[in-house]
Amino acid sequence: MLAFIIRRFAQALFVVVAMVVIVFFGTNVVGDPVWMMVPGDATQEQVEEVRRAFGFDQPVYVQFFRFLADIAQGDFGRSYVHGGSAIRLILDRMPATLELAVVALIFAVIIGLPLGLFAGLKPDHPASRAIMAGSILGFSLPTFWVGLMLIMFFAVMLGWLPATGRGPVTTFLGIETSLHTLKGWQHIALPALNLALLKISLVIRLARSGTREASLQDYVKFARAKGLSPRRIVGVHILKNIMIPIVTVLGLEFGSLVAFSVVTETIFAWPGMGKLLLESIQRLDRPLVVAYVMVVVLLFVTINLIVDILYSALDPRVRLAGKSE
Amino acid sequence: MTQPVLEVENLATHFFTRDGVVKAVDGVSFKVGAGEVLGIVGESGSGKSVTGFSIMGLIDPPGRVVSGSIRLAGEEIVARDDEAMRKVRGKHLAMIFQDPMMTLNPVLRIDTQMIEAVLAHDKVSEQAARERCIEALSMVGIPSPAERLVAYPHQFSGGMRQRVAIATALLHRPKLIIADEPTTALDVTIQSQILAEVQKLCAETGTAMVWITHDLSVVAGLADRIAVMYAGRIVEEGNVSQVLDVPRHPYTRGLIGSVPSANPLGARLKQIPGSTPSLGRLPKGCSFEPRCASASEACRAAKPDATDYPDGSRVACFNPYSLARAS
Repeated sequence: MLAFIIRRFAQALFVVVAMVVIVFFGTNVVGDPVWMMVPGDATQEQVEEVRRAFGFDQPVYVQFFRFLADIAQGDFGRSYVHGGSAIRLILDRMPATLELAVVALIFAVIIGLPLGLFAGLKPDHPASRAIMAGSILGFSLPTFWVGLMLIMFFAVMLGWLPATGRGPVTTFLGIETSLHTLKGWQHIALPALNLALLKISLVIRLARSGTREASLQDYVKFARAKGLSPRRIVGVHILKNIMIPIVTVLGLEFGSLVAFSVVTETIFAWPGMGKLLLESIQRLDRPLVVAYVMVVVLLFVTINLIVDILYSALDPRVRLAGKSE
Repeated sequence: MTQPVLEVENLATHFFTRDGVVKAVDGVSFKVGAGEVLGIVGESGSGKSVTGFSIMGLIDPPGRVVSGSIRLAGEEIVARDDEAMRKVRGKHLAMIFQDPMMTLNPVLRIDTQMIEAVLAHDKVSEQAARERCIEALSMVGIPSPAERLVAYPHQFSGGMRQRVAIATALLHRPKLIIADEPTTALDVTIQSQILAEVQKLCAETGTAMVWITHDLSVVAGLADRIAVMYAGRIVEEGNVSQVLDVPRHPYTRGLIGSVPSANPLGARLKQIPGSTPSLGRLPKGCSFEPRCASASEACRAAKPDATDYPDGSRVACFNPYSLARAS
């Protein structure tokens, strides 16, 4: 197990280095950040001054190695735009994004799982066909469009839910959250639903195929022969079997929820790090972009690790294989 | 005569598929007395498993019991609703399946799977249920049952898993156990161990049993009576010695004749010509007629009804072998 974890970290390190190289040269190609920093009427001397102050007058490879050396010491630099420490800015915004991703994940499970179970147990029922058709829409409709439609429908036409922003925030157990008030939930409902839509469809499909497969197994027939209630057969025998693929996939998808919250956060003006990233790219704020990428890479690696550990908790056969290694 | 545990009369189970109606079981009748073991023998697709599942009420669509009656200790169970049938399953009627690797849920511990079977029918504490499970496991010969109870199915061998399944079936001391080829997936030594174990348990608890198999040698040592099935019907039924020693139906004769030990060493095995008919398109007459050596005009015209013989056998054939011809 330990060797496995070490191997995982080595792989992650390689990914991190590759990402640094790509992001550095990528942002370098996009444009000259100096023009973003100086006022429009700045003189040539002032521009050169700023350029020297940030080291942009050096050749690209020199800039790169200086940048690398800083990162190795844990210094991601200061944001060109905001002035503060880049990593600090990202971490400040992280709780809002994580909150959104977690609520979206919960939506995906509590909406997707029952629908998928139903569609799997009664594949010929008209409602099941409707669920499956709906899941195809969930897969294929673009997130930004669905987001706009949600705003138009629930916020503009019905006026039930606020269109943008986040509810009042407090600190609970050291974590910033807006989920302690009804207002917070009203604010998060639409963006979380928007972000969850794709995952709901995914959970429906996984749950349906898993249920259909499991309900044909002999152990389900044996459970029926024991005289168990249908409730117990579905709720224990089938559910525990289909949870294995669902937990795996959802775990891996959690990283992409965080990463792809960029679109949702922008549409719903959710003050998370995805929105910050988009602004930083527009302003060529390289330290912020790099810091964001590092955070997301680390998040992915951690999540994958947690999924592997969770997986062995769900499937006893994996546990045994791990021990004998 | 005491009341039989199970009476099946004219049972017909059909599957309504896209290609037409498949008559998997078509007019089957038999009785099983208390403590008696009935062996149902037949080829794959002869309807023996479907008969077992029909008794359990576990036929899934597109299949359906279309007619006939199944009485358990005198009570009709065919037309019962799901909930009423659920109360019978596991309590009075238990079943053991063919493949022990598949019958236990791989992600649940043995204790979870056995205790839930106890609690499905009896309102007892979990501790009491656990003790009953331990008792049942030791009854089927599982060493240190209390420890093994908290293990997962993959930590058991195939034979041990089948013992767990048998212990689960015995938890409520059912009146009848249906065993659907429970030893087919096991190797020969384990098979004989399980057979001896089951025979002993049935004798001790007075449980009647329907043992479904395609292996004549298994039923020869185990069963009191044998029913031979062909294409959804019972062609011959009688005491073990009667059916195996002096078979009357040409199909039974063919089956017994094809057993390797009945043939001279080194010679080609005798076989029944042709193959089993498709259950969707059975001939109007006797289903076995196209493969039968003693078929006559009458066999092509109609299906033979079962005739009772004074020795207790029932044979469905127009031209049965007489005792004189058989010997």
